[in-house]
Amino acid sequence: MAYVIGVLFASAVYMMLRRSIVKLVIGLMILSNAANLLIFTVSGMTRGSPPLIPEGLTEPAGVVADPLPQALVLTAIVIAFGVLAFAVVLIHRAYEVVGTDDLDKMKDTDT
Amino acid sequence: MLLSLILLPFIGSLLPLLAAHKGRTVCSWLTAAPPACALLLLLSTAPAVFQGELLTIRWDWIPALGLNIGFRLDGLAFLFALLILAIGLLVILYGHYYLSAKDSHGRFFSLLLLFMGAMMGVVTADNLLLMVVFWELTSLSSFLLIGFWGHRRDARRGARMALTVTGGGGLALLAGVMVIGHIVGSFELSDVLAAGDILREHHLYPVALVLVLLGVFTKSAQFPFHFWLPHAMSAPTPVSAYLHSATMVKAGVFLLARLYPALSGTELWFIMLSLVGLSTMTLGAVVALFKHDLKGLLAYSTISHLGLIVLLFGLDTQLAVVAALFHTVNHATFKASLFMSAGIVDHETGSRDIRLLSGLRHYMPITAALGLIAAAAMAGVPLMNGFLSTEMFLGEAIEQRVLGGWSWLIPAVAVFAKVFSVAYALRFIHSVFFGPKPGPLPKQPHEPPFFMRAPIVILVVLCLAVGMLPALIVGPLLSVAAASTTQTILPQYTLEIWHGFNLPLALSVLAMVLGVFLYSQRHRLFNLWNRLPPLSAPDVFEFILHSILVQGSRRITKLLESGHPQNYLLILFLFTIALAGAALLQLPSLHGGVSMTAIDFPSLAIAMTMIVAALGTAILHRNRLTALLFLSVVGLGVALVFARFSAPDLVLTQLSVEVVSIILLMLILFLLPRQNQRDSSVQRLWRDAVVAGVGGLSLGILTFAILTRPLDSISKFFLAESVSGGGGTNVVNVVLVDFRGFDTFGEITVLAIAAIGIFGLLDGMRLFNPRHLGHHYAKDRHPMLLSVLNMPLLPLALMVSLYIFMRGHNLPGGGFIAGLITAIALILQYLTNGLNWTNERLNDNFHPLVASGVMIAGLTAMGSWFFGMPLLTTAHTHVHLPVLGEIPLATAMVFDLGVYLTVVGATLVILENLGKLKPFTSQPTTEP
Repeated sequence: MAYVIGVLFASAVYMMLRRSIVKLVIGLMILSNAANLLIFTVSGMTRGSPPLIPEGLTEPAGVVADPLPQALVLTAIVIAFGVLAFAVVLIHRAYEVVGTDDLDKMKDTDT
Repeated sequence: MLLSLILLPFIGSLLPLLAAHKGRTVCSWLTAAPPACALLLLLSTAPAVFQGELLTIRWDWIPALGLNIGFRLDGLAFLFALLILAIGLLVILYGHYYLSAKDSHGRFFSLLLLFMGAMMGVVTADNLLLMVVFWELTSLSSFLLIGFWGHRRDARRGARMALTVTGGGGLALLAGVMVIGHIVGSFELSDVLAAGDILREHHLYPVALVLVLLGVFTKSAQFPFHFWLPHAMSAPTPVSAYLHSATMVKAGVFLLARLYPALSGTELWFIMLSLVGLSTMTLGAVVALFKHDLKGLLAYSTISHLGLIVLLFGLDTQLAVVAALFHTVNHATFKASLFMSAGIVDHETGSRDIRLLSGLRHYMPITAALGLIAAAAMAGVPLMNGFLSTEMFLGEAIEQRVLGGWSWLIPAVAVFAKVFSVAYALRFIHSVFFGPKPGPLPKQPHEPPFFMRAPIVILVVLCLAVGMLPALIVGPLLSVAAASTTQTILPQYTLEIWHGFNLPLALSVLAMVLGVFLYSQRHRLFNLWNRLPPLSAPDVFEFILHSILVQGSRRITKLLESGHPQNYLLILFLFTIALAGAALLQLPSLHGGVSMTAIDFPSLAIAMTMIVAALGTAILHRNRLTALLFLSVVGLGVALVFARFSAPDLVLTQLSVEVVSIILLMLILFLLPRQNQRDSSVQRLWRDAVVAGVGGLSLGILTFAILTRPLDSISKFFLAESVSGGGGTNVVNVVLVDFRGFDTFGEITVLAIAAIGIFGLLDGMRLFNPRHLGHHYAKDRHPMLLSVLNMPLLPLALMVSLYIFMRGHNLPGGGFIAGLITAIALILQYLTNGLNWTNERLNDNFHPLVASGVMIAGLTAMGSWFFGMPLLTTAHTHVHLPVLGEIPLATAMVFDLGVYLTVVGATLVILENLGKLKPFTSQPTTEP
């Protein structure tokens, strides 16, 4: 799993350093995926036992996966979507106003 | 009561603004009311204070930082509060007549009261940090007051300079206070004052002292920080009279008095204060004589007198403190009245230039008489209050032994300064009010209205009364103030007008005679002065400010801010990698000892797929659609990982978000130019690839290192409490809506804000014709099969989402996921049937949905308040409904409903608004 996260992160960084603003967003998406995976995996990887409590019991039977990172990642996914949507629209708007999607050309603050 | 004393001016500062349109008189009366009330309150505490009682109140504010709201009223605070409120009232009266109809009365008085409140805070604060807060507030409000005539360049420059100098001093003071707090272990004034010995012994004492004195010297305009005060004279004269004679510049003096028991008594203290005070006093007195501007003369005279007071604090005799406080009061009275007289001259003649003015006593005899008395007090003529305190000063100057063998220097220089001060006082009176009638002036001079003169009358009467009956009028006040300053029993002293023939008196007389002589020789001196190279303080100041600060920071900015966003990203990435790498290098071994889980085929397959997809995205990014496809593969891979490692909720969320995101990207790609042929240079590609590779490698190592180490999580608590505390068996959902409900609430708020922001960005955006970009709208009809299939799908999807929502608390599901499923179902309708078709059948305004979602969640969270519980406490019970069976009902469900509504609303607002941009009815396919 460490390899996967590493590769995801590497591609995300590479994409974000490209000139096209669209690629920045794609990089952002991969990056958020990588981050989510990182949070998720560092809590330990438990197979086949979701954090559900069986009917009638008050505590889970046996070892289950850690619920806290799952909850955190769940919110992170939705937030990432919100950020993505906003970024995408912002790009669009910026493109409308500035007339380029090349980050190298977006230098002036007062266009 | 103490609190209302402080709060009255602050509350009062709103009144003039509210009453500004009611006319000047109403406005002024309303302004005067709060200080008048506060003054009465203050006087009502007088009996207690004069018996030596210490009135305090306090509340905890941020106890962890040692910052508490506490006020104390002892003799010293009483003395200064009296000055602030009483002179403040007189200034308000004076200001009412001084301001012209063009000036905004409301704004002026509001700022004045704000300043008054800040000053009251400084003198009564019981916590050093709190005092610094008020101290800064005085700097800010005085900045606004000096720059009141913001249309004038000199006012703007003067205000800026005052703010820079006093604000910088305030920062030094803050640092000094922090050091004191560090040494003493408390910021409470009572603790600090009691810890004088500890402070003086500590090796950080010099640091603390120098920093605090920096604050004092800047505020009280001591050499070499004196230069801001003369330029602050561009303020309206009531402001000069109030801030720059009676109150603000006295804040530094107050601080010296306040911290006297804690900081004084060391050689460093005596040397610094006496030398700075001495040089300030001399410089101020000499320059004052050569100023041709009435207010400039008074400003330098103020600097000189402040130097005198600071010098007194630096003398090693106990009576020097009494003399310092006495002179503070006296100076406030005579200097405020002199400023007001100067203001009247300016107001009635239109000029403040001493060279133009002359013989004004023919036109304004009463003002001339008042000015004469006040100036006499300033010069230290017998029977005036100034005489008494300067006598005391000279007496102490002779007594002290601060400078060892050089101690005679202090009385000698004091007499020298006094000669000049007699001369400039004479000049103020003689050149302006006496002599022949003046030449043509901008205005025909005449007496001002009676009430404009009234404050001066009161102050001048005070000068005389104190001068003649000192023991009766200020005796008790002074002794209680001095006692609370030194915190010891004072030696006996007498306040009398006649001390007999002694050395101080002889020195005084000598200074008078020499002063008169000096004045008679003034024209020669002026010629001499004019030959000196002119040096304009603001020019020097602005030059330093500009060349060092502005240019320097501009250069640094240019270095760091290249204008390429990717460079910033690159710097950030490199920095992060360096940080993480440094930490990783310190690990003894990468492998933490926990054995790895055996790799099975499905995991390996997923991992390989994701790696290939991620690399594919990066390599094939030229072709955006392909990149997008790979991207979705990555997302699905993540979902599979979640599924493999027991996170059903995450799978559902990831899948639905992935779908929505890809739709979103498709929409937006269509609107952006299809292909950019240009690309970065080869070096740059390699550089980025290397950075990315190193970053990925270090993150991978990091993950590996963490994974192979034993893990201790706080989740046991959640697992144990989920059913009993949250009433649900799906721990993830319970964590979301209950244990960490506040996070979730914040999150849906963010989502709602994003939706609204997007709506705002897109609102009114003109759509360019996509054909310019080489795109064409698909002419095809919407695929028949899809739309036919879709119709029954909608109710099904809605039902599924309802089901998932209901069971969310106990089984995988919940508001987020249900919301996303509903949103996808609706979006599918748009996709297959087109925008118009769907909008005909569906209310297309989703904003209320978002708002109601956030509101429901918020109200549910707050609902627990009504039951006396903390925010977000949940209650739960089981309800038995027919058909559906037993349903666990928790208030968390309602919260979840809010989440659900927000998610649906926000998602639809975002996508629908993007979709709407199309000018044609046909829903475009994505890239052709």
